[in-house]
Amino acid sequence: MLDAKIPSGPLDSKWTDYKGHCKLVNPANKRKLEVIVVGTGLAGASAAAAMGELGYKVKAFCFQDSPRRAHSIAAQGGINAAKNYQNDGDSVFRLFYDTIKGGDYRARESNVHRLAEVSANIIDQCVAQGVPFAREYGGMLSNRSFGGTQVQRTFYAAGQTGQQLLIGAYQALERQVALGNVKMYARHEMLDVVMIDGKARGIIARNLVNGELERHFGHAVLLCSGGYGNVFYLSTNAMGSNVTAAWKAHVKGAAFANPCFTQIHPTCIPVSGDHQSKLTLMSESLRNDGRIWVPKKQGDNRSPVDIKEEERDYYLERRYPAFGNLVPRDVASRAAKERCDAGYGVGTSKQAVYLDYADAIVRYGKIEIGKQGRENVSEEEIIKLGKEVVKEKYGNLFDMYAKITGENPYEVPMRIYPAVHYTMGGLWVDYELQTTLPGVYALGEANFSDHGANRLGASALMQGLADGYFVIPYTIGNYLADEIYNKPVSIEHPAFKEAEQAVSDRINTLMNIKGSQTVESFHKRLGKIMWDKCGMARNEAGLKEAIQEIQALKKEFWSDVKIPGEINEMNPELDKAGRVADFIELGELMCKDALNRNESCGGHFREESQTPEGEALRDDANFMYVAAWEYKADSEWELHKEPLVYDVVKPSQRSYK
Amino acid sequence: MTWKQVFTSSVGKKLTMGFTGIFLILFLVIHAGLNACIWANDGGEMFNAGAHFMGSNWVPRILEIGLFAGLLLHIIQGLMLEMSNRSKRATGYAVAYGNGGSKWYSRSMGLLGTIILLFLVLHLSDFWYPNRSSQGFLLGEEINLFTKMQQEFSELWVVIVYVLGCISLGYHLAHGFQSAFRTVGVHNKRYNLMLMTLGYAYSIVIPLAFAMMPVSMYLGWVH
Amino acid sequence: MEHQNINLSLKVWRQKNSNSKGAFETYKVNNISTEMSFLEMFDVMNEELITEGKDPVTFDHDCREGICGACSMYINGKPHGPWEANTTCQLHMRAFKDGETIVVEPWRANAFPVIKDLMVDRSAFDRIIQAGGYISVNTGNAVDGNSMPIEKDKADASFAAAMCIGCGACVAACKNSSAMLFLSAKVSHLALLPQGDPERSTRVINMVAQMDKEGFGACTNTGACEATCPKEISITNIARLNQEYLLASFTADK
Repeated sequence: MLDAKIPSGPLDSKWTDYKGHCKLVNPANKRKLEVIVVGTGLAGASAAAAMGELGYKVKAFCFQDSPRRAHSIAAQGGINAAKNYQNDGDSVFRLFYDTIKGGDYRARESNVHRLAEVSANIIDQCVAQGVPFAREYGGMLSNRSFGGTQVQRTFYAAGQTGQQLLIGAYQALERQVALGNVKMYARHEMLDVVMIDGKARGIIARNLVNGELERHFGHAVLLCSGGYGNVFYLSTNAMGSNVTAAWKAHVKGAAFANPCFTQIHPTCIPVSGDHQSKLTLMSESLRNDGRIWVPKKQGDNRSPVDIKEEERDYYLERRYPAFGNLVPRDVASRAAKERCDAGYGVGTSKQAVYLDYADAIVRYGKIEIGKQGRENVSEEEIIKLGKEVVKEKYGNLFDMYAKITGENPYEVPMRIYPAVHYTMGGLWVDYELQTTLPGVYALGEANFSDHGANRLGASALMQGLADGYFVIPYTIGNYLADEIYNKPVSIEHPAFKEAEQAVSDRINTLMNIKGSQTVESFHKRLGKIMWDKCGMARNEAGLKEAIQEIQALKKEFWSDVKIPGEINEMNPELDKAGRVADFIELGELMCKDALNRNESCGGHFREESQTPEGEALRDDANFMYVAAWEYKADSEWELHKEPLVYDVVKPSQRSYK
Repeated sequence: MTWKQVFTSSVGKKLTMGFTGIFLILFLVIHAGLNACIWANDGGEMFNAGAHFMGSNWVPRILEIGLFAGLLLHIIQGLMLEMSNRSKRATGYAVAYGNGGSKWYSRSMGLLGTIILLFLVLHLSDFWYPNRSSQGFLLGEEINLFTKMQQEFSELWVVIVYVLGCISLGYHLAHGFQSAFRTVGVHNKRYNLMLMTLGYAYSIVIPLAFAMMPVSMYLGWVH
Repeated sequence: MEHQNINLSLKVWRQKNSNSKGAFETYKVNNISTEMSFLEMFDVMNEELITEGKDPVTFDHDCREGICGACSMYINGKPHGPWEANTTCQLHMRAFKDGETIVVEPWRANAFPVIKDLMVDRSAFDRIIQAGGYISVNTGNAVDGNSMPIEKDKADASFAAAMCIGCGACVAACKNSSAMLFLSAKVSHLALLPQGDPERSTRVINMVAQMDKEGFGACTNTGACEATCPKEISITNIARLNQEYLLASFTADK
């Protein structure tokens, strides 16, 4: 079932060879080919824009009120590219190698190498579009470092890189809308893929404003619908982020790969109470200058400023001297959990560690004094100048922290705790980004392909734009070249009617349950099961329990959910109900996948598989594969394995010590 | 882009307001400067000489046409903009934003302008109209404007109306001065700061000078 | 941070759809932790409304971290509520006192028709961008990113304008319902960069024309937009737009 279609030949020339030999569609024919893009984040907006530029007829869908609001906008830190502007030894190979290693050897070499190859083009493209990246005084692009690497290859725009990149892609998209190449459908949600004779021929979408179902034809369907972190209820994802589009394709036959690979980001603002609706990330770039610590004494309730230097445990620096506070996300997250579980946590909940800027403030203050050539300067003056530098670099993040917690992070260390942030798993795709459903493609976070079991910081933006701007415009031609013989199918075709009927039936069923519990309450319960049993650490017993609990929850949901309002009106509760129903099914599959993968790798930590020091222990002999799950029936999946072959990189135990 | 497109767009209409506003600001300097001659206390000799030049020379008389054109443009465009802007929010707010985000007078330019307009009707019918009609609207014999001023400003209510008119003018200028320059595109920080200071100074000094004229006459400081 | 629980009255605008007439309704919300965000307080209220069999209040929201620009509540007479440089989602209940009545309205402007309750249609902003808020460069045409050095101050100023989140608070705050702050932020973002130079004249002319067509008012420089902008976009951008427009119109060929 799984043919990854990896081109033959040496790794570094696969993509060049592929581009030189893939089929092309001539411009006159492109006008006749219709492509549906679902989701308008970095992957979706860039794909829609790039294909519009090529001359395809594109229809783009997003559930938000404008494509500019897709959740890519919230990415803070930056975007990697193998530009080697810093002359610090970076190269395409290094970026490729770091990504494979960071992913704990569970990603496909060919895809990752291609990603590293096009990374430099992304920066050029974005600069040409007018993305205002940070610059040096000489006018050159500035770089910062990020976790899991030893070079400075991250391009950024203050703490709003995702926003700037998305606005760039959004503008390119709106330009195509103005030129008539793309038709935009905002406040629309895709609710099914329409398959005719084994190929995708369109989608059923719901207009969220009036609740009407619409049929849309397309020669191909691109799912750029993002990740599924909201299965945990609390995550750093936007409230609307959901798995529905991907899940509908999965139910129609697209295999779902490595669903259990979720990334828990180490630097988030801790949960403050039961009312919490989402978690807020503090950019990983904070770890560049901040030091993470807990008290050496268990249950130490003193204020952090009263705890002396020698009474603090800078546990990342202690455990991982080579990378220190800049270890990859999975390692940093687990280390924080380990300290908190051992009773060293801080704050009222004891589920937090300190991220301290006191040292950085003094260090920067001294640099400033040095620049000014002053001597005999008071400690206060140094701190004052240091704070100004820190404000310049991280001001917006500090402000955000202050707003949410009511504390001043310039004076007291910030409290942070890991939170669900990104999902490496997703729809299985081949080298061309096509899923196992012919004509259905998955791009960006919605697919599984590039990050293995753990994603490095500043790589998500890179992947989304790589897929959209530089990969899909080539690979989709290889498919559409054969589609020029196929005229658009009428949306009166029985397959469209059938699909619409099924969607309509499901909505009616949901509305008619008229139970007593709110959608939100089910979502919260699902999230709790997932976080407790399929979160940062997993074990066989817990996962088995979780599967049973989720199945029971599903039953309860379908018999007792309460949805207010009508179908044919703006009804956010109904929209959410459909999404939560899909999350429940996904949750079960995630636990199944986690149960199957009896090894620890990247973000997936099985307690049964660890080194004596408590580090993740991979089992390459038994699990060096992509687990692609094929939907068979309700709660029934078949596992297909795509073996991972490493021709260039030799997998080793990841060490950041 | 045609001229019509330029001056019927929202930004173009504002350009009209800005340019005519700056023109009127310049006029006020001349007006105030000339009228300040009453304080020479020479029985109005210097003042009347100035007024005579303005009324009897072709150059200022032609400029006067331009002044009226600019004034009319400023008034008509201003009133039309005010009406159009008001129509853009059919349902209003229950709780107004108020002074938290902007100065009251910056939001009341239409109202202040209308008060100034009413004042102008009075002002022109007091001085300009009697004088020009005595001239036959050409370059004929002028009336003694200094004496006319003394007559007009012997009535307390006239003085009060003039002072109120000048206060309205002050607030109108407090926003209008700097706004006009922003509207015509001055965006450099260094000039904006300068213009803001200058604008506040101007909107105090000029209306104060005007207001002091009827007051001085009423109180007999001028003779 | 010390937290406490407070009780509040909420006077919320309810409107079934764009065709119906709306009205205020008052709700009591009790035991609200001051650590909650404003939208979490709405979540709590909506959960109660649903349980009581009533229709929950519809409002736009998504990222809840102040960057997507979806949230759009006019709270006690100010877009996004009492805090400076803040979005509704980042407003926390610490800002309110026990027993207070909070009035919540949707953005009001003819160009932003109400869809339901507190949710409005801001697609006019997308159409303004379509009119020219981009640099016309197709994918794959770009030269090396460092081939064109850009003065740091200019790049920073461009970024400061590009930070706009398109929430529409500027329109909501403006007495003229003008979209000039939004528009000028985009014009400035692109005009400050050398890449945006070739299209600067057509861009500003077309975008202004589209803004007028959408039914936004003209700018009278009151500064209410700047005071309410969650990203502190400066009205200096409006002056810059005016200059761009002036140059574009006076140097036009025809």
